[in-house]
Amino acid sequence: MDYLARVTVPQEPSFGARFFLAFACFFRILFDGAFAGRVLAVQNGMPALPETSEKAEEPKPLPKPEPKKEAHKPPPSDAALTLLSLLQREGRLVDFLLEDVEGAEDADIGAAARIVHSGCRKALKDHVTLESIMGEEEGSKVTLPKGFDPAHTKLTGNVTGDGPYEGTLKHRGWKASAVKLPTALEGHDPRIVAQAEVEL
Amino acid sequence: MSRYVVGIDLGTTHSALAFAPIEDGVASIDVLRVTQLVAKGTLGEKPLLPSFHYAPHASDGAMPLPWDEGRTHVVGELARTRGVEAPNRVISSAKSWLSHSGVDRRAAILPLGAPEDVEKVSPVEASFRYLEHLSDAWEHAVAKGDPEMALGKQEIVLTVPASFDAAARELTVEAAYAAGLENVTLLEEPQAALYAWLAAKGEAWRKEIHVGDVLLVCDVGGGTTDFSAICASERDGALELVRVAVGDHILLGGDNMDLALAHVASQKLTQAGKEIDRQQQAQLAHAARSAKETLLGGASEGTPDSAPIAIASRGSKLVGGTLRTELLRSEVESTLVEGFFPVVGSNARPQSRARVGLTQLGLPYAQDAAVTRHLAGFLARQKGALEKIEGARAVAADAPLLLPQVVLFNGGVMKSPLLRARVRECLDAWLAESNAPAVRELSGADLDLAVAKGAAAYALVRHGKGLRIRGGTARAYYVGIEGAAPAVPGIAPPLSALCVAPFGLEEGSPPVELPIELGAVVGEKVSFRFFGSSTRRDDVAGTEIDVTASAAAALEELSPVDVELPAEGRNPGDVVPVRLAASVTEVGTLLVEAVPTQPRFSGERWKVELGVRESDPS
Repeated sequence: MDYLARVTVPQEPSFGARFFLAFACFFRILFDGAFAGRVLAVQNGMPALPETSEKAEEPKPLPKPEPKKEAHKPPPSDAALTLLSLLQREGRLVDFLLEDVEGAEDADIGAAARIVHSGCRKALKDHVTLESIMGEEEGSKVTLPKGFDPAHTKLTGNVTGDGPYEGTLKHRGWKASAVKLPTALEGHDPRIVAQAEVEL
Repeated sequence: MSRYVVGIDLGTTHSALAFAPIEDGVASIDVLRVTQLVAKGTLGEKPLLPSFHYAPHASDGAMPLPWDEGRTHVVGELARTRGVEAPNRVISSAKSWLSHSGVDRRAAILPLGAPEDVEKVSPVEASFRYLEHLSDAWEHAVAKGDPEMALGKQEIVLTVPASFDAAARELTVEAAYAAGLENVTLLEEPQAALYAWLAAKGEAWRKEIHVGDVLLVCDVGGGTTDFSAICASERDGALELVRVAVGDHILLGGDNMDLALAHVASQKLTQAGKEIDRQQQAQLAHAARSAKETLLGGASEGTPDSAPIAIASRGSKLVGGTLRTELLRSEVESTLVEGFFPVVGSNARPQSRARVGLTQLGLPYAQDAAVTRHLAGFLARQKGALEKIEGARAVAADAPLLLPQVVLFNGGVMKSPLLRARVRECLDAWLAESNAPAVRELSGADLDLAVAKGAAAYALVRHGKGLRIRGGTARAYYVGIEGAAPAVPGIAPPLSALCVAPFGLEEGSPPVELPIELGAVVGEKVSFRFFGSSTRRDDVAGTEIDVTASAAAALEELSPVDVELPAEGRNPGDVVPVRLAASVTEVGTLLVEAVPTQPRFSGERWKVELGVRESDPS
């Protein structure tokens, strides 16, 4: 809880957004040393380093009323904790993320990542149906029509004009077409992400 | 009036329920996502319900379900997980216990050797609880309070292994009745797999099965191996499928294979100086299964030479605590392909070790791990299976085996193309010995859910659409009668077996009556020893076999049967002459009745209880 409390989030993203952020961060922490360093800084209670240019692209050009409504939702919902608990149960995700990996050998991190990857992958596949937003090959030339859905597709690079837009597909995007999470029963404390174990 | 047909696969390791509206036909067969506890206090929906039963400890607290807040037992995913964490409170393989004639299957014996605070249940009760859970999950997801939609109101086909004897079938039905499933019919699992294939193919199946073909269903599931032979014969100008032979109940399956691989991996870890505990051993078996699936993918190109195995630490430290090893493809091939599916000749038979001294009370696991040897044994034993089938022709009449022309695989193990190829390789070699052409494989079935879906398809077939597989009882049944002989200490009186129900007795055919009278004592339970044979096809009711003679080798002793005659105005202790009559009920179970030769009222008869108690070899 200590760790969660110290992370200051400017505005609270929706549950869906947090879900994807968690995954994006997981893999970036693994494979992007600089990013991992910044996260570590946040975790250690130091002020985060200035944002890089990548972050600057994030704000959406079209502010919509809906995200605001989401922002008023109550803090950590049971669904988020249920998901966290699922990913811990199936893939030990919480153990992995909360462990200090700074001095660890890459081989050891790799072995642990296998556990996390195979378990979380299965959990993700079982509970969320993810589809690519764009079907074309990444790297291929694509044309976006004038009235494309900005919620689905983000423009980067030399962003100007009013379409149709010619560009290169950098990332296909993901859309959760169905989410079927386990549900917590009444009386179950969702804050228990993993029980302590005592072997007799 | 039922609205749905429902197929239930009550499996050794997993159960599943498939359903379709009666009007809509096979195209709309769907699989129920079964609501179950997946972790403490957490509900999930899964197409498979693991057939595990957990008796919670006081510290576990309540195990509520949406339909029962005060539930005191757990069935499904959480029960399976707890089976690893606290194995002494978990029941697994209840179905294998249900077919184990060496124990009283209505007695609360499971889990075996559990501590005193664990509620013990009988194999029948455990099966009932799985069915009850499916019924409740149906109510929760589909019926939602509509009494007409309740599962008990629908037409249900429940599958059993082909190798289940009359008593095990009877007990399965007893569990279904207890769960309120009154409109139930039994179907053999290999037949269900074929119905699923037929439903998936539509009319195109006629291109793949021809008159005269013998079709082998090779079903290797998580816990059991089950063989059936089905003959495509011609009757009145039309093609007809007849199930001609079933194999023994072989307790050998995918779980054995995972354990064998886990053993290989754990030896590697031990050699590297790492120790693993029981829970990690279970994790290892799980990891070995994934490795097996990766490495037995079949296609020689693109299949990696090794698969990594990572076992998480018990504690919260994952990095550094994770044990790592790998399984090589060569190891998987030598352990699984050569260990469980060796290339064997047509003269190979399963080896059985002599049991040493007192055997522990437990399941009679197969002693020979080679599926192919069991298969050769099955085909050799059943080489005469076609003799009585009209329109059937054996490809080679003097062959040492029953030779199949077509093979259908079923069960999770047979998902591996490499293992399917190995079984085909053996069959082809055996066929070649008799100059017969190679076997053809029927493909395209969903091997995990085929049985449940096929059961639903069969229910639709019963509505008149599609081809029905005929079969009747897969065994002939006998009662043991002691002959009159002077008593000699130490020598058992001669025993002969009288056939009460001939092989292939079909549903709806008139009861067959034993032409010999037996004496039953009024007001007392009279027990008879009971035998079955899956090969003696020519015996009719009344055929007598000397149990000591060589002919008796084809007999298998089952648990005894009981007849209890209420007095009905007779004097207790009187000996009343009765005749035994056998028939097959609509449900698909064998019914043996005792009919008094001098009835007190018209139609007086008593049911003979099958598989009632522990067999006593005295």
